This record gives sequence, C-alpha cells and structure tokens, in this order.
Amino acid sequence: MGAVPKAPQFIGPGAVDVAFEVNGGGVSVHVPPHRTLLDTLRETLGLTGAKRVCDEGTCGACTVLVDGEPVYSCMTLAVACAGRAVETVEGLANGSELHPVQAAFIEHDAFQCGFCTPGQIMSCVALLRRNPSPSGEDVLRAVSGNLCRCGAYPNIVAAALSAAKKVRR
Amino acid sequence: MSLKVVRTKAEFEGTITEETALVDGTDLRPWGSDDGLAIVGKRQTRVDGIARVTGRARYTQDVYLPGMLHVRVLRSPYPRARVRRIDASRAQALAGVRSVLHRFNAPKTAFRGEDTIFRDEVRFVGDEVAAVAADSEEVAANAIRLIDVDYEVLPFVPDLEEAMRDDATRLDEKGNVTESGRLDRGDVKRAFADASAVVEATYRTSTQLHNSLETHGAVAQWDGGELTVWESTQHVFGVREGLRAALKIPYSDIRVLCDYMGGGFGSKGGAGKYTIIAALFARQLGKPVRCVLTRDEENLAAGNRSATYQTVKIAARGKKISAIEHLSWSNAGQGRWVADPTGPTNGLYDIPNVRTRSYKVVTSLGALASFRAPGYVEGTFALDQAIDELAVRIGEDPLALRRRHMGLRSDPVTGLRYTLKRLEACYDVGAKEIGWQHRRPEGTRGSAPHRRRGYGMASQLWGGSGLPPAYATVHLNPDGTAVLRCGTQDIGTGTRTVLAQVVAEELGLTVADIRVELGDTNSQYAPISAGSLTTASVGPAVRLAAKDARTQLLAAASGLLEVGPSELRVERGSVISKGRRTPIAEILAQIQNFTVIGKGSRFPNPEGVSLKTFGAHFAQVEVDVRTGEVFVEHVVAVHDIGRVINPLTAASQVEGGVIQGLGFVLSEERIVDRPTGRVVNGNLEGYKVPTIRDTPKITVRFIDDPDTKANNIGAKGLGEPPIIPLPAAIANAVANAIGVRVRTAPITRQRVLDALSLQ
Repeated sequence: MGAVPKAPQFIGPGAVDVAFEVNGGGVSVHVPPHRTLLDTLRETLGLTGAKRVCDEGTCGACTVLVDGEPVYSCMTLAVACAGRAVETVEGLANGSELHPVQAAFIEHDAFQCGFCTPGQIMSCVALLRRNPSPSGEDVLRAVSGNLCRCGAYPNIVAAALSAAKKVRR
Repeated sequence: MSLKVVRTKAEFEGTITEETALVDGTDLRPWGSDDGLAIVGKRQTRVDGIARVTGRARYTQDVYLPGMLHVRVLRSPYPRARVRRIDASRAQALAGVRSVLHRFNAPKTAFRGEDTIFRDEVRFVGDEVAAVAADSEEVAANAIRLIDVDYEVLPFVPDLEEAMRDDATRLDEKGNVTESGRLDRGDVKRAFADASAVVEATYRTSTQLHNSLETHGAVAQWDGGELTVWESTQHVFGVREGLRAALKIPYSDIRVLCDYMGGGFGSKGGAGKYTIIAALFARQLGKPVRCVLTRDEENLAAGNRSATYQTVKIAARGKKISAIEHLSWSNAGQGRWVADPTGPTNGLYDIPNVRTRSYKVVTSLGALASFRAPGYVEGTFALDQAIDELAVRIGEDPLALRRRHMGLRSDPVTGLRYTLKRLEACYDVGAKEIGWQHRRPEGTRGSAPHRRRGYGMASQLWGGSGLPPAYATVHLNPDGTAVLRCGTQDIGTGTRTVLAQVVAEELGLTVADIRVELGDTNSQYAPISAGSLTTASVGPAVRLAAKDARTQLLAAASGLLEVGPSELRVERGSVISKGRRTPIAEILAQIQNFTVIGKGSRFPNPEGVSLKTFGAHFAQVEVDVRTGEVFVEHVVAVHDIGRVINPLTAASQVEGGVIQGLGFVLSEERIVDRPTGRVVNGNLEGYKVPTIRDTPKITVRFIDDPDTKANNIGAKGLGEPPIIPLPAAIANAVANAIGVRVRTAPITRQRVLDALSLQ
C-alpha cells in the first residue's frame, strides 16, 4: 500500500466542501471531515464497487487508487483527497473494453463471490503501472493486503502475471 | 403435461429426510460419457464475470434506496443477563433518530422457535437488546450508546469443556449436554478385547468463524402491503418463510431478492434477526431500511463452526482395523441443533465394529451455523488422524491401511449399494501426484537442518446427491436468445455459469445466447444453496426446462418448415432439417412475439442405492522444529463428484476449499475471554484467515466419471468435499515430519513446540 494522503489541518467540525477527481471527472462533495473516502464513494457518489468488509484497514476490499497509489479507502478521509485523482474499479474499463487486469481475472477465474475482486484488481492495476514486468513474488507482495475468503489466490496470481504480459505488448 | 407427486429420501448435510415434490412429464435419459457433449464438461468462463470485475455486480450491501434509513443494533455486553429495564429516551432525542425497538415496545415476532427477537434473558455477548433506525449509520451508531439498559447479570459458561462438567452452571433445563446422534454396528466390546493393537486419543478443534466478506444484512421496503427484501442469502425462499412466520403476512405479499452475494459458506440459510428488524422498521416508518452487520457483529452473532472435543479408540487385529469408538461433543453455543462429527466414522471406511455417540453442548456463546461440511471437517480431523496413529502402531503404511477398508461396494450405514464410488481412483491419482513413494515412516530431512519434511493424506465422504423439489423455466425469445429463470442463487460457486451451460447444451444455443436470472422468490422454487446440492438439484430441472423449450420450438419449426419434428434438431442457434440450417430467430419471427416457455422439475433420486461423493487429499509439509512453524509445500486434492460440468469453476471451488481448510488447521481460532465471555478476536486482524502468502501449490484432479444413476446430468455436489479431508491430511503430514502428533486444531506454532517439548 502507498502512503495514505495526510489530511490538511484545521477543518470542520461541520461538513465542508471537498473537490477532487474521480475516474477522470471532477466531483465536489459536502461531507464532515471525519467521513472516509470509502463512505463518500459509496454513499455520496454511488460508486459501490469498493466494498466495506472490515472497516479497519485489514482486508483490502475497499482498495482504490489516489494519485495512482493504492490506498485502503476505509482508512482515508475524504478531505485528505482534496485536489487529488481517485480511481475506482468503475473507471477501469474503456466503454465495453475491459482493462487487461479485468479481462485476465475473468479468463483465469480469479474470483468466486467477487466481493474482494474490485480491491484485488485495483492492487494489481497499481502494481502493473509501477512495474509492468512483475515476478510472482511482486504479485504476492502487491495483493498480500487483500483478503479473499473464497480462496481464489492461485488464480489471482495467474491473472496478474497474464495481464502483465498483455500490458507490455 | 402430466403432474405427479413423488416422495423421495434425500440427504442434507448428513441428515436423511423425506421430501415430497411435484414432477412433470418424464425424466430424461442421463447424458452418458460418450454423448458428445459440446458445452457441458468444457471450460467456461463465468457468465457474470464482467459484472463482477467492473464493480457493476450489485450486492445487498450495495442497495441504496432513496430515503433509506440505517439500523444499528445494541448488543448485550454480558454472556448471560436479564434485561430488567430499557430507557431509550436519550437515544430517541438525538437528531436523526427515527425509532428505537426493544423488548418492551417491539411487536411479537416468531423467530426460530421463540416468540421475540429481543430476549428478556440475553444469552451471549452480542445477543440483540435493541435497535435504532436513523437517517445515517453514524447517527444510529451514536444513538445505541445512549440507550440505558439495566441488566441483572447471571451465571454463565464460556467454554465447551467447562459446560460438559457435572458441576457446570446449567444453561438448559435438560442439562448442558444432550445426545444428538448415535450408531452401533457389530460388537465393539468384543472386538477391543480380541484386538492385537489398540490406540486411544483425544482430539480438539477450535471454533471457526465464517467471515464471509459480505456480512449478513438486509434491505427492506414496504410498498403498500407488499414487502420487498434484498438479502445476502443462500436461500431466498428460506428468507421468505422466515418473514412470513415473523410478520404473519402471506407469501404473495413478500418478495425476496439476492442477485449477487459475497459468500456465505453455510451461514446464510434463512432470515436473520437483522432481516426482521429491517422489515419492522420499514413497516413502522414507511421508508426503506437497511440493516447490515458490522464485522464484529458478524463474528458474534451470525454463526460459527462448533468447537469440538472428541475421543477415538481404534483397534486392529493383524493388519486390519477391527473396531472404532468415536465420541464427540460439539459446542452449539446458543444453537438449537448441532452437526455430527461422527458421520465420517459411521460411513467412510468398511470397519465391522463401530460405536459412535455425538453430543450437543450448550454454552453462553453465539449459536453455531452450518459451516462448509459442518461436523465432517471436525470429525475427519479426528478419524483420519486416529487411522494414522493405528497405522504407526502396527507398522503399516497409512494409505495401504485405508485401501484395505475402502468398502467400494456398499454403504456400511445402510447396506445399500453405491451408485458409484471411485475412492480407489482418488487414492491412485493422489499418491502419484504427491509422490507418496517419498514418504518415510520416520519423516525425512527438510530443506534446512532445522526443517523436517512429512507426507500425509486423508479421505473424504460427503453426500451431494441433490434433492427435489427444484423447478426452472426457460424462455426462448423470438430473436433466438433465451432466459433461464430459477429461484436458486449463485453464492459465488458459479451456478449461473453451470446452468447456462446446461441450457445451451440441451437447447442447442451458445452460452452467450443465454441470460440467467436467479435469486428471486417470484421465480419457481429451488432449494437452499448449501449442502453441496445446488448443481445436482437444480441442474436436472434446468435441463428438462430446456428440453421442453426445444420440443416446443421444434413443433413450431415442424409446422413452418413442413418437416416432421423427428427429422429436426437444434444446433448452435439453428434448426437443422435435412442438412438445411434455419436460424431459430428466423423461425420464431414467423410466429411473431411468441415466447416459448419450457418448464422443468427435479425428479426424485433413485431408490435403494447410496449416492455419495468421495475424495482424498495428500499433503507435503515442512516443519521448522525451532519455531514450530508449518510450511505447506504441496496439496493434491482429488475428488469423485460424478460429471464435472465446468472444469474451470470446479477447480476454483476445490482450491478455495483447500485454502479454507488450511485456515481451519493452521491459523483460525475464535478466542473467548473466559472471565467476561467476550470474543476478543471478532475481526480480521486478530482472527487469522489465510492470505495469499499462506497459499501452497495446489494440484486439483477430478475423476470426472458421470454418475448416470444419480440424475439426468450425472453430476453430484462439490461445495463441501474440498474442505473435508484437508485438515486431517495436514495434521498427518506434520506428525510424519516431526514424529509427534498435534491433536488440536489449529496446529499453531505454540502447539507444535509444546508437542515437541513433551517428546
């Protein structure tokens, strides 16, 4: 996981306006300073791809990218994202064309119930941007903070490595 | 159409019940192994894959309705207490709070044998005391802290083995311990007296928490007199029944929906108190209401796999097992039933003299819920270790000893012939893949001087026959696409995909032509997605529905093409007549806007036979004798489940079962603070589910021999089998590696070191 953005000091206690980018478009929300990015995405912006599973930064199901870095959005305040670019699983596909990581997850059956999948995919996307030629060990490190209770782990590794090949091409 | 009523015996999680169902017409001849199937049996990526990888899949947790209120539940901080008085006035006064429900103001609502959802005597930490509906979850969470409750704290029992003692506080009038299962075969007393070797041991397994990533939850909405509930469930019809019983409203006024759900593993079998609470608030306040559990609540009040205390006495006469006695006590918490860990002992091996007893023990903890092969995981952990302990005692190879007791012909419990039992093939394939010949009785050196290597294996028995009733309809549109509607649900196992394959195969379409709509009580009935019974229950009904649609299509085509129906067939979206291909769309276009509706029902299982699934797991491990850490290097999982409909998703299910089994045997353990009765690790930080780093190399193999006596698709269940033998196989491999046995799951580093120090 990358560094969680720091919140600016002296905001609140009431709701404040926060402007940032989500999946390439500008948004402005009016939220209390203690509202997490996860709850803001899900409840205010209607982007329910990121999931709330542990709500304490131990499972990774809420993983999104902030300025390209994967973060646990349940541990990130919305106000800390002011002026930054947030990417969620909803923004990955280009129309009906899936991102190579998404396509590889389907091809390798890298999920069962799919609840952890948006987080797994965002962690893999961040990895491939940073390192288009990851080793198996790199993949393990990238998704070791994303729990999957159905046990799709072997297929997640296969999917990430296969997507990397496509991204390089 | 010719409807008839059938009665049939069916197995659900080790219990045989008699089912009554309605069937229509006649069943189809089962697909044989040489029927040249084009789609069934072939690797198929998930039909709902795009929805799941784009975030579009809508789970119950993602249902946000306009004006929706949010609920938080106040739960008992005491393991046992009387609720004497509740003062909710401070909570009511908080801005944004709409209503508070508790035992002094909530309407009577029948729930699992009780007449209320808020007990006067709360019986575990986490028991429901009150609930708040508010404009936001945050306000609801703040409000429950403002509810003043006067508790009279009562004596409690926080532990299985303490509850079993004669001097334990009695939590139930009938006592804490009740018998829940028994079997006697042959004469164990005499066999033990005549034995040449006897081994006795005690095994313990810990409480495992499901931790489905989507917690239990429901969203309820009343529209006039009609209630719609979105629920993360394995059984929409079960939720409907729970709502009917609690709210006394007719089926016609209830609709339950579950489109996508984030795992259940047995725990989501029907309506929960959260469902009833959401529905009560929604009716009272005239707004949609969401009640979704937090992770901590999930781990206190939404079920668990019972901890067990088991004793096994096993005897050999010469090189054969002559007798076994298996006694088991399971921690039911406040549950009203218990799974049977002695099931595998009763039926897996051909042993002439058997005595088993299974006991339910109540404690002041949350109720158990079915957890993937309830009882069988715990029981196999004891049974298959005891077999290995006996093998060591008599100087025999553990696999060779098992081969002598495979009992390939008939079920030792009922005496009925198996329809198919390929356990021997599972042993052959597994032994070859793991390299069983490398196993030495005393273990071998590992990859470092302080590491020891060992091999272990264990066998799997489970039902998985499926059962009626199950119904489906296939709607063939005028453009040649089809919609399958069925009241089953896809809990992540790939049900949608497998059923689409069955429809495509039977109807002569491609998988892409078929849309599958599940998880809706407005469809026809299907059973709970549990007990490894979905594919074998629903698949045959779906095939019949597709067949019915095909028959109707060909009747129409026959009239339009002026060719007898017997000279027509359907292939890849076209009707073939004397070498001429006419697309279905072209035919149906001529009869304008007519939707062919095919119906299918599940026929009963064959009488007088035993339908089971079998398997074997083999494991290679290394143990660090300085730290006690177990490194699993390779697991080979072989299963005999009849026909494999989709090898891709089936393999995923096996890998998932193996990984959950690894959690059970190496890391997962609910910890309760005895002085306070509180669960101290009801979260994903302190409770250790396996991560990607804990995943070994896993080799999956299927025997893939269609069981043509089972049902018309030849398939049996796969959900549970892949978790059953894994813990025992690992435990046996660890014992082989270090020459000393750890009889308690999970096999933590501390337990390994303790076992080594006692050597």
